[in-house]
Amino acid sequence: MSELHTVNKSPFEKSSFDSCMEHVLEGSAVLLYEDGVYAAMKNIAAEGKVKSAQGVKFFVLGPDMKARGLTEDRVTDGFEIVDYGKFVDLAAEYDKVVAWV
Amino acid sequence: MSEDIKNFLYLNRRAPYGTIYAWESLEVVLIGAAFDQKVSLAFVDDGVFQIVKGQDTSDLDMKNFSPTYSALGDYDVNQLYVEQESLDERGLTIDDLMHLTWEDEDEDWAEKDSIRVVSRAELAKIIEGQDVVFSF
Repeated sequence: MSELHTVNKSPFEKSSFDSCMEHVLEGSAVLLYEDGVYAAMKNIAAEGKVKSAQGVKFFVLGPDMKARGLTEDRVTDGFEIVDYGKFVDLAAEYDKVVAWV
Repeated sequence: MSEDIKNFLYLNRRAPYGTIYAWESLEVVLIGAAFDQKVSLAFVDDGVFQIVKGQDTSDLDMKNFSPTYSALGDYDVNQLYVEQESLDERGLTIDDLMHLTWEDEDEDWAEKDSIRVVSRAELAKIIEGQDVVFSF
């Protein structure tokens, strides 16, 4: 069973992202949206966790990045920037959605 | 009657848009500015994200309130403290923030920077020196 894990809280304020990363398995995916998009930034503690995850796909919601002034060049390598349509596709593609709210 | 002017500090610790705190703080700051008190703002923790430049909410059904920070100078709100350590933890520098200024009428309306980057220790002292602290 593959899972789409979603995180919508800032990694600096809540442990949602850290907990997610400790439970995500190979073949699954992580999608960051709302304040969760900050976890996609380079040069922060979260970057190391993304880089050391094996066989996990990473997605970040573009409109939420744009709203927060988070530009593409600030995003950790390996992230695919997606729109709302792709968010829906991913939710349908994986067996289930696990939300780390 | 003696004027009783107090020092008010608005302590901002939340990122914009994910919650309503940032916008609410800004609304209260603008209302408070009408009461001739000494007002300053501190941006700490995720609060520093509130004044990151280049915010564009056109793909969201939300108002981009970041241009409002530029208007604070016109309301004599020109002491904006940003905590260095909070920037560092987020991989940000002062160059990632909006350039916020005010015009000093005592110096022929010279344009001056509103933002002052301070250390955590300095901010602790600034907080200590306040009469009232509003937390958002």
